[in-house]
Amino acid sequence: MIQLLELFWSFFQVGLFSVGGGYASMPLIQHQVVELHPWLTMGEFADIITISQMTPGPIAINSATFVGIRIAGLPGALAATAGCVLPSCIIVLTLAWVYSRWRNLNIMQGILQGLRPAVVAMIASAGLSLAALALFGSQTLGTVRWADFDWAAAVLFAAALAALRKWKQDPIAVMSGTGAVGLAVYLLLGQ
Amino acid sequence: MKREMHWRRLAQLFRETFLISAFTFGGGFVIVPLMRKKFVENLHWLDDEEMMDIAAIAQSSPGAIVVNASILLGYRVAGVAGGLVAVLGSVLPPLIILSVISLFYAAFRNNRYVSLVMRGMQAGVAAVVCDVVLTMGQALLKTRRALYIVMMALGFGAAVFFDVNAVAVILACGLVGAWDAVRRHRGRKAGGWV
Repeated sequence: MIQLLELFWSFFQVGLFSVGGGYASMPLIQHQVVELHPWLTMGEFADIITISQMTPGPIAINSATFVGIRIAGLPGALAATAGCVLPSCIIVLTLAWVYSRWRNLNIMQGILQGLRPAVVAMIASAGLSLAALALFGSQTLGTVRWADFDWAAAVLFAAALAALRKWKQDPIAVMSGTGAVGLAVYLLLGQ
Repeated sequence: MKREMHWRRLAQLFRETFLISAFTFGGGFVIVPLMRKKFVENLHWLDDEEMMDIAAIAQSSPGAIVVNASILLGYRVAGVAGGLVAVLGSVLPPLIILSVISLFYAAFRNNRYVSLVMRGMQAGVAAVVCDVVLTMGQALLKTRRALYIVMMALGFGAAVFFDVNAVAVILACGLVGAWDAVRRHRGRKAGGWV
């Protein structure tokens, strides 16, 4: 029961503070499930982000389900997902009511614009953790060591980034590509 | 008769939000054009302007855009019951898919080949997130507002070097953003330009 409440409360905070859509929830989830609670390792968290890219549905709901099931089975998944969705329900309906009365979201949109820098900064810091994991296999930024540097992963990363930015490739295609090439390269390297 | 219509509408609402959620990969704003096509063009449940309002509010609220837009759409079409049914419809597909994946995850992840594929994909995911950051960061630099750029740098530094909680950074920037919005709003009203 305590676990269910913990799951609910953790994902309630994720739902409440992930403004700016899409990737904005990522750093919040990382904080809740990797740093604050021992629910996932950084590697498992990266797997969730990968899976979220390949399947339909928002990252937050996907993570809530996955973490919930691992910690407390199906009730856990339901508690975490409900926690994640509840802030949306309350805030969206309140805003809709405000909007129907005044038809003006100027201040709200001003606040959101002000949040943009924070959202970019947070996603960047989560991205750094993901890069540290992919290139150095390290669970936290503090444990990055040059001796662990994975050349093959670095080349894959650079090629993927070029494909995304220069040739505007689809993220799902790019990730499938790095997965397939990674398998071939690591097998050749005898790992 | 009217009651039956209501039930039928709720059932259809559930089916449509379920299908849209089940076939939208990556999530995010992609959902809005899909919903517009279905609910404005095909079903005529709302007009274009209402859909634009829904998109604006869904984007302005915390949480997943898909979920936010579904709540608003459901509420608009069939009241509170509609809102609940639409949330259920949009949340169930990821809930079911990830439940199934998590059942097989442990067995799959320990497989040598799967783990090598996932290792390659981690490099891909890091690149995808890096791409997102670059795109969003560039858009922010283009606003040429020193305040935003300083906030971004401070937020990043706080998170990476001082382990400051993401919620704290977001709240702090939200307060600065609110102050800035009010200040600019007043400036416009007074005929000034800030």
